[in-house]
Amino acid sequence: MTRISQMSDREEAIVESFTGSRLPPDDVVVAALRAGDESMFAALLDTWSRGMLWLARSHVSTNDSAEEVVQDTWLAVIRGIDGFEGRSSVKTWVYRILVNTARKRGVRENRTVPWSSAFEHREEPSVDPACFQSADDPFPGHWKNVPTAWSTPEGEVLAAEVRGLIAAALAELPPRQRAVITLRDVEGCTSEEVCEILEISAANQRVLLHRARVAVRGRLEDYFETARRSA
Amino acid sequence: MKSVQFIDGKAVHVVKRFSCDEWVELVTAYLENDLDEPTRQRFEEHLAECECCGHYLHQFRVTVTALGALPPDPPPDDMRDRLLSAFRNRRDSRVEERRSS
Ligand SMILES: [Zn+2]
Repeated sequence: MTRISQMSDREEAIVESFTGSRLPPDDVVVAALRAGDESMFAALLDTWSRGMLWLARSHVSTNDSAEEVVQDTWLAVIRGIDGFEGRSSVKTWVYRILVNTARKRGVRENRTVPWSSAFEHREEPSVDPACFQSADDPFPGHWKNVPTAWSTPEGEVLAAEVRGLIAAALAELPPRQRAVITLRDVEGCTSEEVCEILEISAANQRVLLHRARVAVRGRLEDYFETARRSA
Repeated sequence: MKSVQFIDGKAVHVVKRFSCDEWVELVTAYLENDLDEPTRQRFEEHLAECECCGHYLHQFRVTVTALGALPPDPPPDDMRDRLLSAFRNRRDSRVEERRSS
């Protein structure tokens, strides 16, 4: 018992230094995992599990089911790290395992997301046309309710209310939009990584990302408008 | 949307000026550096002339920044414990393997 509690103290100190900042380069990560460095494994767990959970949730029907997908993915990572060949980044490799695990499970649950189908609504505008003046108005195509300046002090920690609004907005998004915006904007993947993880084209990735950002912006609008008026 | 087409993943414009409702469709492509040069110029011309769209772009950036500023959220404790213990078991069994071989 003593040994374990000592380890977890040390482990927590190191985890602190990784999370919130950046993980070390891939070769360092892989070498540490192969050498059995528990603090490194814990750092990956703590950094990536949220994104993995949200992504898994896009494919399966319940939160419990998504948690099991994440857990199975990490178990596969533990088993597979010795055979990792470095053909992609560690992050992409882990997320690819996740997507495959989640898809298989989604099929079992009869909940399949049509990832590969030509995407729906491509021709429809991402921003509600009601936001703009119509042909009968003085300035067709110009804003009807004009966007205002949001006051947002730089570097300020996100207000709990904003975090809640973002979580609600993400939860309402169609699965593929949620997957893309989670990987890109929340987890900080590059567009190349997202295309590889989700097996979608660059153009498709951009359309999904744009629609998702438009939706999240819309959810934040009321909050910032109110903040502005009361300022 | 008729004035903007995507060709080979690049947004290509086919008319002279953007109206705001056309311009907003290109914001992510602009931020991704995916606009071809003439389209990027038109995009920025509209931006320079239109305060509303300037605010919109700023709001869009605030949104992206806010998404990236969500605090880390570790997995549930029981799952975390199970996985750390699986990691330790795997390590220990590999040490055993090496010793016995
Ligand atoms: Zn405008």
